[in-house]
Amino acid sequence: MDLTVVILVEMLYAVASLILISAGLAVIFGMMKVINLAHGEFMMMGGYATITAVNLGVNIFMAMLIIAPIVVGLIGLVVERLVIRHLYGRLVDTMLATWGLSLFFIGLATMIFGNTTTGISTPIPGFAIGNYQINGYNFFIIVIAILLLIGMLAILKATRAGLIARGAMQRSDMAAALGYSPDRIYLATFFCGSALSGLAGAVLAPLVGLVPTSGGAYIAKAFITVIAGGPSLIAGLFSSAGFFGIVNQIFTFAISPVIGEVALLVAAVVLLRLLPQGITGKFFKGNF
Amino acid sequence: MPGSLSKDAITILLVTAILIWIMPQLISTYTLTILIVYGMLGLSLGLIWGFGGILCFGQAAFFGLGAYTYAIAAINIGESTFPMLLAVLVPAAFAALLGAMMFYGRLTDVYLGVITLVVTLILFKFINSTAGPQYVIGNARLGGFNGIPGFQTLNIPGRPDDYIWGDSYFYVCAVLLALVLFLVSALLRSSFGRVAVGIRENEVRMSLMGYDVRARKTVLFAVGAAIAGLAGALFANWAEIVTPSLFSLGQSAEIIIWCIVGGLGTRFGPILGAAGLAYLKFLLGQQSVVDNTLITGLILVLFVLFLPKGIVPALAGLWKVSFGRRPQGRIHQQRRMRNRGGANG
Repeated sequence: MDLTVVILVEMLYAVASLILISAGLAVIFGMMKVINLAHGEFMMMGGYATITAVNLGVNIFMAMLIIAPIVVGLIGLVVERLVIRHLYGRLVDTMLATWGLSLFFIGLATMIFGNTTTGISTPIPGFAIGNYQINGYNFFIIVIAILLLIGMLAILKATRAGLIARGAMQRSDMAAALGYSPDRIYLATFFCGSALSGLAGAVLAPLVGLVPTSGGAYIAKAFITVIAGGPSLIAGLFSSAGFFGIVNQIFTFAISPVIGEVALLVAAVVLLRLLPQGITGKFFKGNF
Repeated sequence: MPGSLSKDAITILLVTAILIWIMPQLISTYTLTILIVYGMLGLSLGLIWGFGGILCFGQAAFFGLGAYTYAIAAINIGESTFPMLLAVLVPAAFAALLGAMMFYGRLTDVYLGVITLVVTLILFKFINSTAGPQYVIGNARLGGFNGIPGFQTLNIPGRPDDYIWGDSYFYVCAVLLALVLFLVSALLRSSFGRVAVGIRENEVRMSLMGYDVRARKTVLFAVGAAIAGLAGALFANWAEIVTPSLFSLGQSAEIIIWCIVGGLGTRFGPILGAAGLAYLKFLLGQQSVVDNTLITGLILVLFVLFLPKGIVPALAGLWKVSFGRRPQGRIHQQRRMRNRGGANG
């Protein structure tokens, strides 16, 4: 009984962290069709922003939920203006340029913070279920992921800004003809995507030792989650994160964490081979 | 592609001669050897990406696979000839399987990139986790993140005690690179190569003309992997140890950067890009003011933004404008530029 609860919580946690990791990329890649290979580094910078802020005496939740997204969002703004802006519509070039950016940020972080592991302790204590110890912070991540999904859904579906953004992503010329500046909309969307990446990096920072190269651990997972999700942003994110998270945890518990990771990747290859349009390309067409 | 195969052969001989006689006076042969190996690796991706339009994010997987195959086989056999062959064949077979799975599934572009990336990651994670003594192939322990040291290095075929090392190993590598370059040139001049370029330009049209696009892409992919595997085996002989970092994403990224900087759609571009950037990295590694990775990243971003064709095509264009006859086929050139980076079916 206790074990069942623990496994259930771990599965929910795995799904939630996949949603967090992929949300920023889902906006930048799913909506803007910019393959952001610097996504992992955006997360890494979110983590460093949190740790720096906490060391300066800021409350940890404040640092994670407000400062990190804003800092990374601003970095995203600069990146969009300097690099990405010139490459819209050139899929392969965005991929290469952002790969360059990712290396650039790794180098920058190494120069500033050094090639050492830094970290902060989790702000929520663990507790016991029967004979098992559970990390209380896991629940925080699950809650954040749920709030994030609801928030994204609400903004995209229920607000005028979301409507304009979705419209401009589909037909930027029509949006321009109706008096909205696609340039600004792209800029704002990229800001949101980067801020989401920063938030994810910040929230996950207490769980991992942070090194300048830790972004690489996220990028592949984020990518396969978003691509396997397919064209519909939120349903896709939810379904593919659910699928991969559960596969990962089943194999983690049954065999070992490494096999869990490998199983996730193998599942991704098989899934993409069977459903090259992604899960939502096949099953929930066209709904956000 | 103007000229003929015999003209190619002369060019390649000339370049090899320069490589063998002049370069060792400027750079030590030990460093040159690794530059040549990287050049070959760059060429392998330059072939399938520049001419076949297949953007593979996991060329490092084949490189690493070649190196590991060589190391494992060399420990078990104790002689280097057969392991060298295996190091070419195993990655090629692996690529043929992977390629068949992808191309017969009609995956293109992003999906191709993601799958090759993921496969590289799987290999990286798997090899990294094989530190325990239960992971053995024959007499060879896989060694996890410590890698495999102490295998038999290259020897004269049939004489396991006559090692080829130092300067002579450099000559072997240089000649092998020239040979591979010649074979690649011959392949590109053959009808197979021309059809491959056709597929890069317009996949649908080629398939409507009756060519089996899927099979041809798979074969080309396997050829690229074979070259990368050979480079991997040569790397293993140079470094005398193989580690999982050969499979890392950073390695894959570097290969792509070499091709972009050197110039896609050319044979010499990726080789020059690889050797040049690897040497630059070597020089940068000797200073500690600016981080190495930062500069690599900056180079890639600047090239994508300002010189997306790469150095060699840009120089060739400059040469044509300055000294050549007035270009007749301007439209063809533009079309080639536009289609850089993949066949979007």
